[in-house]
Amino acid sequence: MRYSGLRVFTQGLFGNRGWKPHWRKPDLKPEYDAIIIGGGGHGLATAYYLAKNHGLSNIAVLEKGWLGGGNIGRNTTIVRANYFLPGNSEFYSFSLKLWEWLEMELNYNVMHSQRGLINLFHSDGQRDAFARRGNAMLAQGDDAVLLDREGVREKLPWLDFEQARFPIYGGLYHPRGGTARHDAVAWGYARAADRRGVDLIENCEVTGIDIEGGRVRGVQTTRGAIRAPKVGIVVAGRSSQVSAMAGLRLPIESHVLQAFVTEGLKPVIDHVISFGMGHFYISQSDKGGLVFGGDLDFYASYAARGNLPMVEHVMEAGMTLMPMIGRAKVLRSWGGIMDMSPDGSPIIDRTPVEGLYLNCGWNYGGFKAVPASGWCLAHLMATDRPHEVASRFRLDRFRTGHGIMDEEGTGAQHNLH
Amino acid sequence: MRLSCPCCGLRDRREFTYYGHETFLHRPAPDAGARSWDDYLHNRDNPAGPTRDLWYHDPCGSWVLVSRDTLSHAVTGSEPVAGVGGTS
Repeated sequence: MRYSGLRVFTQGLFGNRGWKPHWRKPDLKPEYDAIIIGGGGHGLATAYYLAKNHGLSNIAVLEKGWLGGGNIGRNTTIVRANYFLPGNSEFYSFSLKLWEWLEMELNYNVMHSQRGLINLFHSDGQRDAFARRGNAMLAQGDDAVLLDREGVREKLPWLDFEQARFPIYGGLYHPRGGTARHDAVAWGYARAADRRGVDLIENCEVTGIDIEGGRVRGVQTTRGAIRAPKVGIVVAGRSSQVSAMAGLRLPIESHVLQAFVTEGLKPVIDHVISFGMGHFYISQSDKGGLVFGGDLDFYASYAARGNLPMVEHVMEAGMTLMPMIGRAKVLRSWGGIMDMSPDGSPIIDRTPVEGLYLNCGWNYGGFKAVPASGWCLAHLMATDRPHEVASRFRLDRFRTGHGIMDEEGTGAQHNLH
Repeated sequence: MRLSCPCCGLRDRREFTYYGHETFLHRPAPDAGARSWDDYLHNRDNPAGPTRDLWYHDPCGSWVLVSRDTLSHAVTGSEPVAGVGGTS
């Protein structure tokens, strides 16, 4: 069923009784041309682009829980292309271009809202760094505007500009940045992949990866063995466990990152605002809730929930930046499992096992990458060559030291990102 | 979450700085080769369940090896990292 304004109207006339499920519940086949482990945003996008760009239709996405139940349903929905380093720059730029057509592409309302993103700075040195980053963004063909204090004040008059510790000097404005409805991205890709014949298999946990003579032959699951010549591991925070089934030990450490949402308020924050010095960022969802978060709790964790010290820190940072949110009531908080790589940049690469591909290391920035990540992993799986915008996301860069992409400039070591 | 310091007893997590998995204690020999050093610096078992990792207790300056569960955040024990150099 194609969605359109007319269909919404006619369905409304007839009590909305004609809507069908977004995707089938197919039976598991014993063999596929390609298997994607992980039914999150990246996995579903990979399956969709394998079908659409490369003509494969006999594909299965295996999900141990329900589709979109992992980080795609737990993030703070920010979409941006404001990276600095070659490798990341072209990839996220490509991803943002895919975002801008995503709703047409998927025939699905992902509520992509390019409301603009403002990264605040608080010193001369930081201004120089942001000016340089802005130039890198412009050189990449994206948009960036360096705002001075008055420029920021015009857009965000309610910030505390005169705070003693971090007086606001200005901000780097990225007008094409924004947010999207996170669940809708998973559902949209799932529906679009399903329409192209991809089998989306929920409640099917992979328990083993079959390898013969250095080649992948298929996977073992809680619903039996499935054969496939190509298997993609796209499981974010659980990458280490799934890869261990193929004898791989990854440069990944899983951490908890918390997020928060308040009760619904009238529109008050029009942009996405990031206060890097306080490890705080905030936007307002279309439903009215203030969606905000901070930094990692900074210890390895799979609990999908954090601890109180970081809750306190995030609230303090929010109050420092914008005292006006002090009366808003926090509705809930939660945590996601972040697949942290040593340099803070992702991995989309082959593995030493032929036919087995790896997509992980998204740190705390995987959501905006979903379209390009799927596109590039599909390209890699179909052609066995990396896509040009993801060619630097190599698994071996830590071993060789070549092509480390450390945006923070702190060093390629686990406890530094 | 509270962690036990061998010197100071049970203390708030905020008094500790996380360093990483106990892998950091098993530093290879200088001539062990690039593979060993890559493994030591970058690759991790990253267990979902019981783990042992290194924490630094800021007030007293002790390095602590903490046993805990990454799925539940339960802390099951801790011991001092004595006589191990070169971790900081």
